[in-house]
Amino acid sequence: MPFLLLGIVTIAFCISRLIPADPLASIVGVRQMANPTIVAAARQKWGLNGSILEQYWVFLKNLVRGDLGISFRTRKPVTHDLLDRLPATLELAVGALVVGGVGGVALGAYAASKKDKMADHLSRGFSLLGSSLPVFWIGLVFLFVLYARLGWFPGPGRLPPRTKPPGHVTGFYTIDSLLDGNFTLFRQCLWRLVLPCFVLGWAYMGQLSRLVRAAMLDEINSDYVRTARAKGLAERLVMRRHVLRNAWLPTLTILGFSFAQLLTASVLTETIFQWNGIGSYAVQSANTLDFPGINGVSLFAGLAFLLANLATDVLYAVADPKIRLA
Amino acid sequence: MSDLTTPPLLEIRDLHVRFAVRNGQVHAVRGLDLTVHRGEVAAVVGESGSGKSASMLATLGLLDINASASGSVRFDGTELLGAPPPVLRSIRGGRIGMIFQDPMTSLNPVLDIRRQIAEAVITHRQVSPRQAESKAVELLEMVSFPDAVRRARSYPHELSGGMRQRVMIAMALANDPDILIADEPTTALDVTVQAQILDLLRSLRQSRELAIVLITHDLGVVAGLADTVNVMYAGRIAESGPVVDIFHRPQHPYTIGLLASLPRLDRPDRELTPIGGVPPRLYEEPEGCSFAPRCRYAVEACHEVEPPLERVEASMVACSVLPMRSRTAEGSL
Amino acid sequence: MSLLSTAPRLLVDVAPRSTWKSPWKRVTVIAGMTVTSFWLVVLITLSWWAPYKPLDAVGGRLQAPSWHHLFGTDALSRDVFTRTLYGARQTLPVSVGVIVCAVTIGTVLGSLAGFFGGWIESVVMRLVDVTLAFPPIFLAMAVAAALGPGLQNAFFAMVIVWWPIYARLIRGQVQAVKHRDHIQAAVSIGATRWRILRKHVLPLSFTPALINATLDLGQVVILTATLSFLGLGAKPPSPEWGAMITDGAQFFYQWWVAVAPGIAILTVAMSFNFLGDGLRDALDVRAKR
Repeated sequence: MPFLLLGIVTIAFCISRLIPADPLASIVGVRQMANPTIVAAARQKWGLNGSILEQYWVFLKNLVRGDLGISFRTRKPVTHDLLDRLPATLELAVGALVVGGVGGVALGAYAASKKDKMADHLSRGFSLLGSSLPVFWIGLVFLFVLYARLGWFPGPGRLPPRTKPPGHVTGFYTIDSLLDGNFTLFRQCLWRLVLPCFVLGWAYMGQLSRLVRAAMLDEINSDYVRTARAKGLAERLVMRRHVLRNAWLPTLTILGFSFAQLLTASVLTETIFQWNGIGSYAVQSANTLDFPGINGVSLFAGLAFLLANLATDVLYAVADPKIRLA
Repeated sequence: MSDLTTPPLLEIRDLHVRFAVRNGQVHAVRGLDLTVHRGEVAAVVGESGSGKSASMLATLGLLDINASASGSVRFDGTELLGAPPPVLRSIRGGRIGMIFQDPMTSLNPVLDIRRQIAEAVITHRQVSPRQAESKAVELLEMVSFPDAVRRARSYPHELSGGMRQRVMIAMALANDPDILIADEPTTALDVTVQAQILDLLRSLRQSRELAIVLITHDLGVVAGLADTVNVMYAGRIAESGPVVDIFHRPQHPYTIGLLASLPRLDRPDRELTPIGGVPPRLYEEPEGCSFAPRCRYAVEACHEVEPPLERVEASMVACSVLPMRSRTAEGSL
Repeated sequence: MSLLSTAPRLLVDVAPRSTWKSPWKRVTVIAGMTVTSFWLVVLITLSWWAPYKPLDAVGGRLQAPSWHHLFGTDALSRDVFTRTLYGARQTLPVSVGVIVCAVTIGTVLGSLAGFFGGWIESVVMRLVDVTLAFPPIFLAMAVAAALGPGLQNAFFAMVIVWWPIYARLIRGQVQAVKHRDHIQAAVSIGATRWRILRKHVLPLSFTPALINATLDLGQVVILTATLSFLGLGAKPPSPEWGAMITDGAQFFYQWWVAVAPGIAILTVAMSFNFLGDGLRDALDVRAKR
């Protein structure tokens, strides 16, 4: 675990420094590169003189203090930028997790109980579509059809155009608007979350439901399920209490991995829905060669992934009695 | 042994079970007849694949979806084959309990054992969860589960094989069933534990007048517990009768072969003779007697006509050669 | 495959999963094969019959679909249908290349790690762990950004993202296979380690890699398009599906610009999924149980 942490940090650093393009060019502009005084001043300012090892050491020391450097693009500390954008991403991710998690388990369990019937085929097709369609394309199609053509859903963005954000307390617009007592705004914010959450959740749902279905079909033929039936238990209870409870375990193991996919998809969803979160920050940083920014985002993603895996392990230990006591 | 004039508790007539497989079907049980009276222990003996388990699963409607059963299974006057699911559910775990071969996999790994036993109680009776739980502990004590009060919240993986099989028995007996179907109850256990479980079954049978259908491939198990023995071969009964007759005067070559391959403590000097060959695959219907290819006594007719089950002394035997000899031998005496 | 033919048959085979009898499997595998061969044929023969050139301005700009332009024209008056077909020439070779490279690197490193253990194993597996600790898109984005945009660099980025998956898979397989009896038997008659690795262990380990590779192909197709969509893959004039969708996003109300490339990605990704699933059922002994 500590090793992994250091590894993530090192890789993030390496990516940003061991590259053919000169980051200075993007700071001072290509035209100014000919001017040695400006270049030297910039090197000094951004800490780019000194050997790569020194840079690494400075980078590590700053990291411990929570200092990820100053973004070339926004000219603000990267840590500040990330924290500023985190609530937007979390709002989206939580919504998508609810849509994908609940929908995925329900759909997978339903498909398994109707194996090889029409309902099974339909739900499998729906899940497969979710994981075979590029997220950015689904987002565009949804926006075009449901917003531009039918007008059923609001357009992109976290807020209606020309609306002031609620007072900043938590950064979550839904929570802040409630704290302001502004229920109209709360409803609007919530309503704007629906489409991006569904787009983001669909891919996740697809993956989860395939796993739940496969895991349940594996369990359905096991001996203890036969025991449960031999007790005279109704089929519905056999499914819920015995099959699903065990099917959870293999599903849980990939939760960390699906979380990574969620992060991936959130980059695209945020881009399409003009959502000012970490995903769109990543894209902007990558496109402007803002290395402190890229660094910060990679680190953030790596850490989030690490945390997700940790959470998976904890959840697994709670769900599996064999591990709880070990 | 119980009185033969009362109607039987469980009566299986002409039971057929077929499994659909990739290329065709397997006719696993081919016209099984089996009768079990109240309080009687009926053993069903045979090699793996002889259709023992399939016929019992068919009895309770527990076959996988790729299997189909036909014939008649009457339990205390009710026809079970094709009975509506609610009827079957009330009998399963209620009046017929069942335990399985592998106690390692037959318990749900993520629920504690008290809960799994209590579940069997709640399914069939109007009791509160708390009452069901205390009943579960009582049941554990009944099957001599050591330290039942304290260890009732254990998970299956914390128990030994023998303990788990006790849990299975407690679960199967939760609602005072009339019959316990025990599918290879001791096969997966150590020899010493086997003896303990058999002792338990024997004492339960006496204290509760429990009828037991004992499925096994182990004749040693049969000798100590059963009243009647039904020897199955390739989906049919080869020979059935009282345990004494089967052991002392076997009529069917297959039974004779089985007994000859059994080590006996009382006759350590005797040589063991295995039966040569393997049981037939039941992808296609065998022509003639299905044991004929492995039979020492087989004559030409054996390969052409399948012998019917006929009464020979106290037993029923499906062989057209050996019983004839003993009959003629008796006649000449 | 040798495993299948020599596996002992059960006396009474009660196979409850009649895999190929399931209508879903039959339909999807046939659909997967049909769509894949369709794209292969397009890929090879396209230059002979394509109605237009992918980079030529034809007709007016942003024209709605018509008989002349099945999926309309884009902002630079190019035929979207033609460009979509040509897109296959970019995406498919790149995706297959990524998978081939990733499988090769992963197999070499993974089998070395699994078979020899020791320090080789710890170095390789540490590298795998760290690489896998990043969500793929972020790593790919960072690498692609660092190397500069372009399809070639996106290619490297994706190989970097994907090889550890195969290294881990192959290592696990090799370790599992290593202790089987027939390998031990080969050791006992004095076969060299290289020979055992090549002749006995690798062939058995390769089936799961092949199945996964097919399933992953679809994901690589999507990631290629994703990187291009984000401006980190193929550069503008070239007809790449993701880049075309970026164009479409700019001309939001001219929906046809983005529709065709999206459908193309969908069909390719889905058919690889189908093929992978079918392959798993056909080759995986466990699934046949």
